[in-house]
Parts: sequence; C-alpha cells; structure tokens
Amino acid sequence: MGDMAELKKELLKDVDLAEQLLGRERPIRTEVEIRGKITRSMVEEISRIKKEPDWMRRLRLRSLELFYKLPWPKWLTGIEVLDLDEMVYYAKPETERAASWDELPKEIREYYERLGLPELEARFLAGLVGVFDSETVYARIKKYLEEKGVIVLPMEEAVQKYPDLVKRYFMRIFPPSDHKFAALHGALWSGGTFIYVPPGVKIREPIESFFLIGRSGEGQFEHSLIIADEGAYVEWIEGCSAPRLSRFSFHDGMVEAYAHRNATVKIITVQNWSKDVINLNNKRAIAEEGARVDWVEGSIGSKLTYVYPSTVLRGDNSATRSAVVTIAKGPYLKDSGSKVIHVGRNTRSQIINKTISADGGINVYRGIVRVVRGARNATANVECESLILDDKSKAHTYPHNQVDEPTASVNHEATTGRLTEEQLFYLTSRGLTEDEAKSLIVLGFLEDVLRELPFEYATVLTKVVQLEFSEYGAFG
Amino acid sequence: MGLEVVNLTAKVGDKVVLRNVNLKVDYGEIHVIMGPNGSGKSSLAYVIMGREIYEVLEGDILLDGESIKDLPPEERALKGLFLAQQDPPQVPGVRLSSLIITYTNKRLGAQDLTRPKDPKVIKRMYEVATKLGLPKEILQREVNVGFSGGEKKRSEIMQAILFEPKIVIFDEPDSGLDIDGLRIVADYIRSLKESGKGVLLITHYARLLGYVKPDRVTVLLDGRVAATGGPELAQLVEEKGYAYLKAKLAKEKGSISA
Repeated sequence: MGDMAELKKELLKDVDLAEQLLGRERPIRTEVEIRGKITRSMVEEISRIKKEPDWMRRLRLRSLELFYKLPWPKWLTGIEVLDLDEMVYYAKPETERAASWDELPKEIREYYERLGLPELEARFLAGLVGVFDSETVYARIKKYLEEKGVIVLPMEEAVQKYPDLVKRYFMRIFPPSDHKFAALHGALWSGGTFIYVPPGVKIREPIESFFLIGRSGEGQFEHSLIIADEGAYVEWIEGCSAPRLSRFSFHDGMVEAYAHRNATVKIITVQNWSKDVINLNNKRAIAEEGARVDWVEGSIGSKLTYVYPSTVLRGDNSATRSAVVTIAKGPYLKDSGSKVIHVGRNTRSQIINKTISADGGINVYRGIVRVVRGARNATANVECESLILDDKSKAHTYPHNQVDEPTASVNHEATTGRLTEEQLFYLTSRGLTEDEAKSLIVLGFLEDVLRELPFEYATVLTKVVQLEFSEYGAFG
Repeated sequence: MGLEVVNLTAKVGDKVVLRNVNLKVDYGEIHVIMGPNGSGKSSLAYVIMGREIYEVLEGDILLDGESIKDLPPEERALKGLFLAQQDPPQVPGVRLSSLIITYTNKRLGAQDLTRPKDPKVIKRMYEVATKLGLPKEILQREVNVGFSGGEKKRSEIMQAILFEPKIVIFDEPDSGLDIDGLRIVADYIRSLKESGKGVLLITHYARLLGYVKPDRVTVLLDGRVAATGGPELAQLVEEKGYAYLKAKLAKEKGSISA
C-alpha cells in the first residue's frame, strides 16, 4: 500500500493521468509486426498467423473490399492526421499468453501493476482479460464460472474452439458494411474478448477486459463479443489506457452484444487513452424479448473520440439505458451519442448524456432515437446535459428523432450550464483554487452517473476527474 | 493587527468604484460600513476578498500587517478572511454539504478533499443548521438553488461559522430577514466580537444596529469615505438619511473653502 501512496503522489504532479500512470512508451519486444499499406496480403497474413478457419479469412477479405469501396464517413472529421499507409496494423508482443501475472514479461506486467489490475482482479472481478497491442497477453477467470459453463476467452481462441457459436454473431450485430472503418475493423481485427453466459446463469461479479496500446503509430482493432443466453446476467467492464506516445495511434475497436430473451447485459467502459490516441468505437447490442442492455461510458482520455453505444430493441418489452459521460479538457474533441432503435412493442429506452468542456475542449452530441412502425407504445427519454467551464470551450447538441409509430412517446430534454465568474469567485472565496472549484462542480454534475458504477470504478473515475482538474495536485 | 485598507482605489471595467479608502478592523471590533446604493459598499467587500474582475489601482490591503493585495481569493480565505455574500450565486450540481466538507478539508490541509478529514464536521454542520433555523435537508440540496432569501442568508452564516475565520465581512446580512433572522445574525456577530474576531459589517440600514453596537462606523458616498465616527454616526444616518448627510458634508466643505 505504501507503493500505492507513492504512486498517487507521483500522479499528482501532472495533468495527463495516462502519462503519469503509465509513463512514456517503452520499447516492448514484438514477435511479429505488420505495418504499411493496407493490402490483401496483409490481411491474409494476419489470418494466417492466427490460424483462422476459412470463414473468418473470407469475412476479413470481404470487409477489406468494403473498406476500399466505402466513402470516407462525413461525421468522422479530424482523423486525417493519421497516415493509414504508415501504421503498424498488427503487433504481437513477444510473450505467450499468461494465466498468472508472474509469467508476463516485466515491462508488460509493470503497466498492469501500475493500473492496479492484479489487486482489483483478486478483490472484485470474476475474470480478467488483458490485451496488449494486438494480442491477449493475460486471461483468467474464476473457477466457479467454468463450472457453470461460462466461456470467457480471447476472441481468436473462441473462433477456433467455438466456431459455430462465434459465427452466429460475429459482425452480424455490427456489419462491416456499416461504414468504412467498421469495414477496416472487420479486415484487421485482433485481440478482444469473447464472453458467453449460458441460459439462466447470472454472474454478479463483473468480468473485465483491459486494453493497452504500448506504442506509437499503431492501430488497435480489438473485437469483443458478449452473449447472454436466455435469462442470463452479465456485467462486462472495459478499460482502456496507453502510455504517452510520440506519434498518434489509432483505436478502431468494436463491441457487439446480444441479450437473448429475458437476459441482461451491462457494459461499463472507462476510456482513458493518452492524449495522442484517436479513438473510434463501434458499439452495438441487440435485445430480444424482455431483455435489457445497459451501457455506461466514461470517456476521459484521447485526442479525438467517436463513440455511440447503440441498442436495437428487437423484442417486445425489451429495454435499454445508456449513460455516456465525456470530458473534453484542452484541445480535444468528443463526439458521442447513444442510439436506440425501437422495433418491438412496449420497448423502453433511456439516454443520459453528460458532457464537460474545458480549456478549449469541444463536445458534440449526435444521438438517434428511431421508433419503427409497429413498435407500439415504445417510450424513449433523452436527457442531454452540457457543462461548459469557460468561454473557450464548446458543446453542441444535435439530437435526431425519427418516430414512425403514432403510439410512441419520445421526450427530449437538453440543458447547458456554464460556469460563471460569479460562481467561480464564490467557491474560491471559500478557500478552493479554481481547479478545485471546477473539480467540485464537475463531480457534482456527474454524481448521479457515478452512483451507478460499482464502487471501485466510481472511485477510479472520481480520481481521474480530480486529476484532470488539478494543475498543482491538491487532490489525492 | 487585524484587517487594514490603506488608501485603496479600485475599478471594475472602466468604472472607478473606490477612491482612496482607508479603514481598519481590529480583532474584537465591529466596524460598520454604511452608504446608499451604489456607494461602493459591496465593491469594497469584493476587492478585500480579491474578486478578479476588480482591479486595484492604488493602495493596499493588509491582514495582520501583511499585504494580501496580490493574493487570489482562496489564499485570502485560507488566511482567515470570510465574505458572507449579500446574494450568493446558485451552484447547480454541488451539494451544500459537499462544499462545506471540501473547504473544511482544505482548511485542515487534507490531501483528499472529498471525504471529510475530520468526521465530526458532518455532525457539526447539522447542529449549526438546526441552530440557525435551517431545515436539515438543506445540506443535501444544491448550493443556493431554490433557496429562499432567508435561507441564503442563514446558509452564509452557517458557512461562516463552520469556516472559523478571523475576520468576517458581512455584505448586507440583514436585508430581507425577519426578526428571528436578524437576531440570529446579531447573536453571531456579537459572539465573533466576544471571541476576539474582527467584523466588517456592511449595511444599508441601521436596523441591525439595534441589536449590535458598532465600535466604528464609516459612511461611504460615491466610493469615498464621507464620514467616520462611532454609533452616533449610524444614528444620525438612520434618523436623517444619506441626503441630509451629503448636504451637511457639502456645506461643511463649502464653509471650509470659503
């Protein structure tokens, strides 16, 4: 614990949490590295290394064709800074997958230790999967899950061991044809977690996957697939981080989730990439009859982020709740927005979007609620709250509702709060620095979302917010 | 020792609001500032507390003999100054209890500002709230959001009590208060004096002065010190009004120059 205290003290010296936590990038030995122009032979090479079955190889190649064909998406601005012909698209660290921390090379283990993951795993998690660059380096789940037939595996291994199961879902929830970078993901995906929970099995302890990017100019395309069979319950936590990199890296990950009849899937993301990662998330879930899908997204780090947790409420009486919190502090952009498509009758959705803009940061909300004809008595509630901490910063809200069902009820509320000079003076006159005052306001603004998170993660997020706003490290 | 304002000239925007103001608040003393609307009373409070939109053009502000003129508001606060605002702003999202926990932690030099360093502070804030006639729930409400005028005044007093400052500046603590409220403010002011703290009491009317006896009175007109004296000066203003005082001063000035 003494070490933790030291580490915390060290953390307080700088504003970039990711950098303080993980330091600057260090050379990690790679066994295989594929870089340069995105070609058919590159994709085939990745497939060969992973010893994939033919159907997956073909899926990759089909995706590649789509990537070439599809237009550059208009909503994806700013990623031109990436030189797509120059990146490392596959990097396998020189290590075998470990089932205990001791087996990992020291340099990699250190990253995870600095994030406190071994401790968290022991105390709190049902399972943990660690992905470093393009490959899974660590995976372990608690015994009782195996006994109940729960599958938690690196995606590649699931493709080999359970091809029929994987094939039924893989990129069928989020097809590669959706947009150019979904297609690129389909062609290059590597790493990620596969979770299958059998009918009626409820796992109360969360399973976590932690994704690290360890080098500059890298593309990370991890793919996770979470399936809850009838009546099952699963909570999956996704954490992301990277040390300070010398050049931009690109994250084009995908999460697909499927909640069968009366099942519940809850997905929590704490994204804290360092400020040189361009982060595109593709997240989509399908809920069958009576099922529930919940998303909680805390988006703190990265240079640019595009994230839109989406749920298709296919079955009658299915429901979803999506709470997205984004912080853009400094010259960064967060483009977010939950999307829900109501197909079944009596489907319910709740969207909560909170954005915080400071020091010139920009937040954009671009959510969609669609109610198709026949989705009788569907109800949707959307709340967008923006907090703007100074004149340099901006928040834009572009909600889009498309309601083709006359019995549906869709409500949208949007509020913008701006920190005033009067408020700032009031709080500083009570002995708080400007940064502490802002941190207090931000935490208050996020209180209801923080309360929903498991305690451990609420604490982490609270700390991250405090660090974001503590220039001199008054918070600990 | 105490608070000293020396030859202070200050502006906000293009407007000079204080001109060569001198005054002192010693410990164990109540110094009352009076003046009509727009005479610079609130500006004086803000400049002493260091509000950034005000600029000091000349003069100094000393606390215990040391200049605090160039310090940000939080450092003045931590040195023991507290300003109870006339109309404190709403701070949506921040609970009153969180604000109190945060600043008492800060006063105690805690590293983590969110969890109370001294657990007794929670109990104490409920006690003080009750004593001041505030509903307990108010501590869980957002700071000043939806507070009535009286609740805002009482909340400012409560925060001052819990802050434990050396010098308290009250900016019109009496406006809009009922008799009970007035008594509570007056009791607190007297207790500050008795425990050797300094009080700078800004007030438009002398109503509160029926309950607390000032040691010194300063009248501000157009940002200048127009008159200084004891309780009798407050009495004069109360009875005859500022217009009378203004005319009297003009006349005296005229007769001197004649």
